[in-house]
Amino acid sequence: MLPSQLCEALAARFPEAVLARHTYRNDATVTVRPEGLLAAARALKEDPLFQMNFLMDLTAVDYSAFGKRPPARGAFPSSGVEVRPEDGVPDEAPWPGPAVGERFEVVYHFFSWPLKHRLRLKVPVGEALPEVDSLTPLWAAANWFEREVWDMFGIRFRGHPNLKRILMYEEFAGHPLRKDYPVNKRQPLIGPVN
Amino acid sequence: MFGAANFLTSKLESAIGWARKFSLFQYPFVTACCGMEYMAAACSHYDVDRFGAGFPRFSPRQADVLFVVGTISHKMAPVLKRIYDQMTEPKWVVAFGVCTCTGGFYDNYATVMGIDTIIPVDVYIPGCPPRPENVLDGLMKLQEKIQAQHSRKAVLPAQRFYAPKPAV
Repeated sequence: MLPSQLCEALAARFPEAVLARHTYRNDATVTVRPEGLLAAARALKEDPLFQMNFLMDLTAVDYSAFGKRPPARGAFPSSGVEVRPEDGVPDEAPWPGPAVGERFEVVYHFFSWPLKHRLRLKVPVGEALPEVDSLTPLWAAANWFEREVWDMFGIRFRGHPNLKRILMYEEFAGHPLRKDYPVNKRQPLIGPVN
Repeated sequence: MFGAANFLTSKLESAIGWARKFSLFQYPFVTACCGMEYMAAACSHYDVDRFGAGFPRFSPRQADVLFVVGTISHKMAPVLKRIYDQMTEPKWVVAFGVCTCTGGFYDNYATVMGIDTIIPVDVYIPGCPPRPENVLDGLMKLQEKIQAQHSRKAVLPAQRFYAPKPAV
């Protein structure tokens, strides 16, 4: 199926769940409400129209600093080199950014081996309760991806069988890919803080 | 023979140093991309067996030299320390690649900024990754160091221990 047809088919199937859709250079992107994620994902996997049997990627984006100029202070702790934003970076977002003004977006990339088409699904996630449904029951590949997103972004996945950190150690406090994680904060298990 | 010059004991010390520097059993602690370069340097093309270091032991208790090859993360740091503690004296540590020397270009939440913040290091081999010639140069420097330790008075482990730089 063509990317635009994919978008339209999913939007026709879930008119109340799909928030936005667009295609760009044969990449189809559909933004779905968190409440409609599980139904849409199940349809993508099981419907003969889609047959998305391969979850290629699952990640997240923190839009809290998107398009904003970084503060003109701070330095790399080891070298003392100052962090200097380039003048070309605008203060306001040049691109409208996420479809909904939520802080996070969880991004899923699906591919269909039988039909050879692919689709990107985005789910806005709020800052107050960063939680979405787990897709591990549908794609086993989601298991470790969701653990990574939990580790790096602090987004919880409802129904995940084993939601614990995968990259960082359990003693680590915070989620390092959140934009408000201090860039020079170090939490060594042993040795000096440097 | 046992007079003031201590001819025999000094010769014996020198012989021990010679024997030790040419029978380095290395423990390759390989964590990252430098490992490929280490394998290339350790195999027959560059042939570290010429320096008596061609016999990697994958048990720290049987090893003399700890080759720390690749980036060490904070999660891995306690493991590295434990491996070092499990090695028996005499033991030496080689920091292979710039990540183990200083942290390299990683300056973030995950990376140890140089393994000398955790364990003492005898030889630093910088490079990203180091050239095999550089590795062999480091190996020869380690041999010189081992020989020198036995040419002078015996060096205690505590004297060898690296004192960290004072905080600036």
